[in-house]
Amino acid sequence: MKITQISVFLENKKGRLLDATVALGKASINIKALTIAENEDFGVLRLIVNDPEGALQALKANGFVASLTEIVAVEVEDSPGGLAKVLSVLNDHDLNVEYMYAFVEKTENKAILVFRFDDIDKAITALTNANIRVVGKKDIQGL
Amino acid sequence: MATLFRDKAVESIERGALEKYQLTYLRKSVESALKTPFYQKRLKKAGISCADKIKSLEDLDRIPFTVKDDLRESYPRGLLAVDIKDVVRIHTSSGTTGIPTVIYHTQHDLDCWTELVTRSIYACGVRDEDVFQNMMTYGMFTGGLGLHYGAERLGSLVIPSSSGNTQRQLQLMKDFQTTVVHATPSYMFHLATKIGEFGFTLKDLFLKKAFLGAEPYSENTRRKIEDFFKIDVYNSYGLSEMNGPGVAFECVEKNNMHLWEDAYIMEIIHPQTGKRVPDGEEGELVLTTLCRQATPLLRYRTRDLTMIMPDPCPCGRTHRRIFRITGRTDDMMIINGVNVFPSQIEQVIMRVPEVGNNYQICLTREGALDRLTVKVEIYSKLFAGDLSELEKLKAKIRDMLKASIIINPVVELHEPGSLPSFELKSKRVVDLREKL
Repeated sequence: MKITQISVFLENKKGRLLDATVALGKASINIKALTIAENEDFGVLRLIVNDPEGALQALKANGFVASLTEIVAVEVEDSPGGLAKVLSVLNDHDLNVEYMYAFVEKTENKAILVFRFDDIDKAITALTNANIRVVGKKDIQGL
Repeated sequence: MATLFRDKAVESIERGALEKYQLTYLRKSVESALKTPFYQKRLKKAGISCADKIKSLEDLDRIPFTVKDDLRESYPRGLLAVDIKDVVRIHTSSGTTGIPTVIYHTQHDLDCWTELVTRSIYACGVRDEDVFQNMMTYGMFTGGLGLHYGAERLGSLVIPSSSGNTQRQLQLMKDFQTTVVHATPSYMFHLATKIGEFGFTLKDLFLKKAFLGAEPYSENTRRKIEDFFKIDVYNSYGLSEMNGPGVAFECVEKNNMHLWEDAYIMEIIHPQTGKRVPDGEEGELVLTTLCRQATPLLRYRTRDLTMIMPDPCPCGRTHRRIFRITGRTDDMMIINGVNVFPSQIEQVIMRVPEVGNNYQICLTREGALDRLTVKVEIYSKLFAGDLSELEKLKAKIRDMLKASIIINPVVELHEPGSLPSFELKSKRVVDLREKL
């Protein structure tokens, strides 16, 4: 039920993000979701892709510093209060969200959100028990 | 203006008498040095088993040079010549590789040092009616305490304001009508730029003189500061191994620095051959202490480049003058008045597993103050993908550097292979500061 995210260290330098996406494109990696966290001199690009291992290899071969991280992807109703419902479950279980971002694509009328937790297994159990669908690797590849 | 001396007999001593005096005290220094484990070995090897072997000042050549590494290797007690009960203070300075160097002082040593400082600032016209604000860091840094005691002995009102806190410095200058300050040249520029910002004008200040040191600066900088504050600026020279300030000082002529030859024997040598060069020719300054009991140093290589001015000074002082320091024979950097060696930074970086061994040191100027940026490359295997981890890593490196070099650097993380890799250490330093 966990999904693999790829994180890339990017210097705050012109063209670095472009270089990273070109490297992925050449390796036929399809980006499903992404976010960038940054400070004044560097950033971390986080990606969900169809083939994380292939992406890691392609990035490293092009001189990037990258690593794999496990995250949780959750289906959220694409209607008012959808996100609040998920967050209230997490809140009830004292689960701390390190960061989150959203998929571009949706399944039917559901949005997919990506969460990074301290305690990933506890989060999956809590979400599943609350009847919130946790998206698997296969679902991502099928998007 | 008639020259006034703190001690006319000493300051205008005739050359022959001075050399006789130097020989007497050189023998005493050798005698004390022979009480230290370091010099016992070093001097005996050179055939100097007792002070009587020194028959004339020419015999100085028989004494081997002492270098900073000798001090480091003798840390902590290898160069101590007296019983520890007679020591009243130490000053340490950071070494090039993390091992510090130490200078011990007896009360006699401190008295001599203080007298040299008092004599120096008296020669620049400071008197007991002056208010002396000491903006140099106190503590282990010798600039702070050295001038403090010298000005106190002269009878001036001393404000030990230490460095930093610009607003308070200006307030003190106004409230107590400070007439003399002691600071780094870059801090004086900083003060100049901040006066208006903190609601002061030059009319609030009573300043007449500034002693600027701890960093090299040009005549142009001196003039700029003099013109801005409408004051006289005096250059001085000192180093912690030779007590600190009070080694060489300008007089009211403001034309190069009298090196106090009753306290130090100076030589200028060719840095490669070690041979003495004639007066007026540039070389490395080598000093021998003549009045220090606890840590005598013989023929200490300062690594500072200068020359002896051949002509006498119109002030009447016979102690020869040295030209302002023109450079170093090693890669030491001076950052906001603090001495830093690239090797100190390298040592810290080598202790951090998350970054590679390649690094770059950038020096820039922000306003009037120096800014040190240390660029490192992150080590790919230890990248966990977390921004907060990287922030923590930056903070860790910054704290480690601060503990080693006293200065707060800016740490930048870069991708592996993105920094230029150099074969030569010196190229790792990019100094973009305009020369002061």
